[in-house]
Amino acid sequence: MSDSIIIAETSKGSIAPVTAELVSAAIALGTSPTVIVPCTDAAMADGAGYEGASRTIAVKGACFENYDASSWAAAIDAAAPSGIIIAAATPQSKDVAARIAARRGLSIVQDVVAIDGMNLTSPIYSGKAMQTVALSGDAAVSVRANIFPAANSSAANVSVVDQSGDVGTAVQEIIARASARLDVSEANIIISGGRGMGTPENFSHLEKIADVLGAAVGASRAAVDTWESIPHSMQVGQTGKTVNPNLYIAVGISGAIQHLAGMRSSKYIVAVNKDADAPIFAHADYGIVATWEETLPVLESALASMMS
Amino acid sequence: MPNIVVLVKRVPDTNARIVVSGDRVDLSAVKWVISPYDEFAIETALQHKEAAGGSVTALTMGPSGSDKILKDAKAIGVDEIVRVWDDSWSDLDSNSVQSVLAQAITNLGAEVVYCGKASADTGAGSTGPGVAEHLGWSSVSNIIDAKFDGGITVTSPVETGSAIVSVSGSAVISCDKGNLKVRKPNVKGIMMAKRAQVSVVTADAPTSTVTIVSQTPPPAKPAGKKYEGGSSAEEVAKLLREEANVI
Repeated sequence: MSDSIIIAETSKGSIAPVTAELVSAAIALGTSPTVIVPCTDAAMADGAGYEGASRTIAVKGACFENYDASSWAAAIDAAAPSGIIIAAATPQSKDVAARIAARRGLSIVQDVVAIDGMNLTSPIYSGKAMQTVALSGDAAVSVRANIFPAANSSAANVSVVDQSGDVGTAVQEIIARASARLDVSEANIIISGGRGMGTPENFSHLEKIADVLGAAVGASRAAVDTWESIPHSMQVGQTGKTVNPNLYIAVGISGAIQHLAGMRSSKYIVAVNKDADAPIFAHADYGIVATWEETLPVLESALASMMS
Repeated sequence: MPNIVVLVKRVPDTNARIVVSGDRVDLSAVKWVISPYDEFAIETALQHKEAAGGSVTALTMGPSGSDKILKDAKAIGVDEIVRVWDDSWSDLDSNSVQSVLAQAITNLGAEVVYCGKASADTGAGSTGPGVAEHLGWSSVSNIIDAKFDGGITVTSPVETGSAIVSVSGSAVISCDKGNLKVRKPNVKGIMMAKRAQVSVVTADAPTSTVTIVSQTPPPAKPAGKKYEGGSSAEEVAKLLREEANVI
């Protein structure tokens, strides 16, 4: 069995759950993975042991304090053996994997959603088509979350490697997000509003449901373009963010091809729209033909009693 | 004064219907445009030039059909337009594309490169960081703001919010929309673009190791359940827990 290298996804000082899914992706590729944990404190790697993974390497270095693509790539590259490189398809990991691949003269296949032998499938044209490519040797691969089953945890067999990388950029400060709510690119549940919400103030009704579910609040391009107070960072769609949460709730969104491109790969889609012919319903697992005014209060109280 | 390069790519209009014919997408009928994020890169590059002087060159990789988007970039305000190509190239993989672009950037003598955070066709976002690695430069991706006060200071999203990052030395910077308002071409720009000449250069492309097997329509989704009236939200909430198992 050939070797692969998993770059562990880290979040707020610990190993993110998607890392366990990367182990299953590595096994689907017919490889035996080594898990690499970029960290400033090697203790973090204790949480990165999985059934099916041969070993865990904590790559410890001051450069991992803040994200700097070039030093991260240099330090991880120096510590990692050869083989197929596997990372989570998050903005930061896609970025660092692209650099590591280039550093090794390898190609990279991003946003993989299916693996069949050495054939990898990713969405192209924001999901309006799928593309399958074949690897003929080592490469880097980023894998979307919520596709592969999570490998079981086991005790980690950790070795620690100290690495330094020359930091190319300097973080002057981190401005904390004003809202405690998750960003759409990180959330497992997203509730989005479109122009059908009528006014940007009415997004407060979506926020209430988001608070019940621990969800992020998103918006359609039409909403972002129409209302200044709805920032582009909330935009889901082809020129916004592409998301694939477990649950996507679209409220007052007709389902323009642009929007569908950014969310159609969500596991479950709920659509609320007063127009029974809105294209969004063709993609919804559960469609509710009604105004948001009559639907959201019912949804909120039903979810609230369920979650309590 | 900085020698600035902005990478641009020709992609189907984001509203275009993507048709699959055989085992490849058929793009013969689509309208081609500059990839939308590349417009943010052009705007950022022009703002850099306005603050620091120098020149902006738009660079694309592609066949002669890509000349149109270079002229569109010229109409918006870039100084020079360059296309790197060899007719023997087809379906280059990411390493080949990045290598070719890095050679062209080196030959242009660039000190800073801007590009879109991803292209609207693959959505991969590999080109910016990959080209930076080929050049041995630093990189910052997905920036939502840039300031030019002697140096380059950019804002880039991180897990907990956004990071203010100062960039020193040569770098590749990939651009998201942020609060940018992109300038539109004016009549003078359009007239100049009509007369502009595209410089065509070439480079050595390494052999691709990733090959396209097939392109297919997205899997069809089975018909869902549809309800009338807001009170059905209670039933849907129940199904989300008991059937879909997602809450």
